[in-house]
Amino acid sequence: MSVAVERVRSDDLKRRNRRRRLAHGGILALCLTYVAALLALPLVGIAWTALKPGWRTVTSTYAMADVQHAFYLTAIITVMTVVVTTLFGVVVAWVLVRQRFLGRGLLNALVDTPFALSPITVGLACVLLFGRGGWFEPFFAARGIQIMFALPSMVLVTVFICIPFVIREVQPVLEEIGTQEEDAARTLGASVTQSFLRVTLPNIRWGLLYGIALSTARSMGEIGAVLLVSGLIQGKTETATLLIFRWVEERQLAGAYVVALTLAMVSILIILAIEWLKRKRVREDA
Amino acid sequence: MSTPIRVENLTKHFGDFEAVREVTFTAEAGKITALLGPSGSGKSTVLRMIAGLETPTAGRIWMEGEETTDKSVQERRVGFVFQHYALFRHMTVAQNVTFGLAVRKMPRTEQRKRAEELLELVQLGPFRDRYPEQLSGGQRQRVALARALAPRPRVLLLDEPFGALDARVRQELRRWLDDLHRELGVTSLLVTHDQDEALELANRVVVMHEGRAEQIGTPDEIYNEPATAFVAGFVGSSSVLHGHVVDGHVQMGPHRVPGADHLEEGVAARAFVRPHDVRLSTAENGESVRAIVERVSGLGWLSRVVLRLPDGQVLMAELPVEEVSHLKLGDEVLVDLRKSKAFMAPQTEETASELEAGEERRAR
Repeated sequence: MSVAVERVRSDDLKRRNRRRRLAHGGILALCLTYVAALLALPLVGIAWTALKPGWRTVTSTYAMADVQHAFYLTAIITVMTVVVTTLFGVVVAWVLVRQRFLGRGLLNALVDTPFALSPITVGLACVLLFGRGGWFEPFFAARGIQIMFALPSMVLVTVFICIPFVIREVQPVLEEIGTQEEDAARTLGASVTQSFLRVTLPNIRWGLLYGIALSTARSMGEIGAVLLVSGLIQGKTETATLLIFRWVEERQLAGAYVVALTLAMVSILIILAIEWLKRKRVREDA
Repeated sequence: MSTPIRVENLTKHFGDFEAVREVTFTAEAGKITALLGPSGSGKSTVLRMIAGLETPTAGRIWMEGEETTDKSVQERRVGFVFQHYALFRHMTVAQNVTFGLAVRKMPRTEQRKRAEELLELVQLGPFRDRYPEQLSGGQRQRVALARALAPRPRVLLLDEPFGALDARVRQELRRWLDDLHRELGVTSLLVTHDQDEALELANRVVVMHEGRAEQIGTPDEIYNEPATAFVAGFVGSSSVLHGHVVDGHVQMGPHRVPGADHLEEGVAARAFVRPHDVRLSTAENGESVRAIVERVSGLGWLSRVVLRLPDGQVLMAELPVEEVSHLKLGDEVLVDLRKSKAFMAPQTEETASELEAGEERRAR
């Protein structure tokens, strides 16, 4: 009797195990297909199309003045954006975690606005503020400072879009480390600056780097807002993404694919760097 | 000789909450002063205000005769040891210890020398290149202590330094801190909720309750002459017996406990009886009380006996094992309460919560 029960149980168990394995395999296959179809396939497609005409196309594309200027402009905007969002990001994160004030919840919610808004809306808002007849246009026009259709507006919208990354990466880390180490540093004679540089910064460094990496990738790839405020002046306000945009319209596909592939490669490198940082962080925590 | 700390009418409000109310005391030079109280009594807040980590709402603080109330944390030169160590997790043990020297721009070679000295002192020399996470709790707290002492602070402030450690390490570290203090003689202020810790280590004890200093005195005074019902209930375990004042005694039905001379005849009162002050008597006399043995449990060389008094109240006694080995449950014994020190307090609404605090602590 009991032996029979045992056997029934073990059969039951085997069947259940088999079913579980099948389910797991199914989910895994689904994930792989999903990722391959939606992520890998386009990348492979771009790489294939860009490199198919031969290496000559690649070098000749890179040799074009428009291309060089576009990459140069993208690099400038990215660097400026990353510097601004990093500095302010750390300050805002610190204030949000360490200070208690009226409107803290509101500020915290506002930080996410760029995630919620379409970049094109951001560009439109910039036009509203700085464009012809805009609120601040007379002020800058009187001083001969060109905001619209120039670098300032392009950096401005990119900064706006990249605001959340550093803040959202640094905030939880600050929350987690608490104030005890900072307090200890202060009692040991450190000034506020010393305590920040020697204690807080090293403690948030992985989160901060992760935020910077995300910020970089995002500002390199930004097009919607920049499109609206740049005025699309060839060789002047044309970033790498805008160049691709123009060349697609002009049916200059070979060059567009090369520029797109370059952007994709840099982004992938950044993502790999993030992964590496994440692993390093996990290792250090262990 | 290092220098005393003096605080006067120190008060701290967090919003509507009065965390500390007009606390005044002096920490003697070269001695350990303990701030003893249950959690939420404001003792840590007092310590943090002395360190400059919190700003007092009112009151003044002096160190070495110099007023430091408005000085920055840096200028106060205090050594602070936190309950959860607060070691810099990205620095090695040696780097942690030299931090306070490095921010003061001490030359490298001197930094290294001082760090070696302190690591020797806390017996962690071989661990200088480890990271905090590779150390045990007791070792971490020793690093924290070395780090706090490295810049030669004027005073050492210890905030529940053994609170996060398990019982055995706690005992060990307590003895070790005692030795260390004898050696260094740095004026120290120890915040703790553990009465044994305070009574064993401190020369003076400030008992804190609901933001006030309830009593300030030597461990002996705190233990044997508690000034308030709270102190009597919180420091040392005691049975609480309810009764009325009759003829300088607390009368509870047929039996009574002496020591109520200072109370008005007829008022409700409570007597706090230390379990080790209870004696079993062999012969009947005027003061002895009949009680029923309800439970006997061994504590090693002592036995804890739970006794039921004639009026139903419970009395706890701690007696040598050989004195109670013959007792059985339900036995009637004669209890001599004359040696017991009875601490009286008028029974008021307010004292009810104090009583609970004491009972809660005993239950732990």
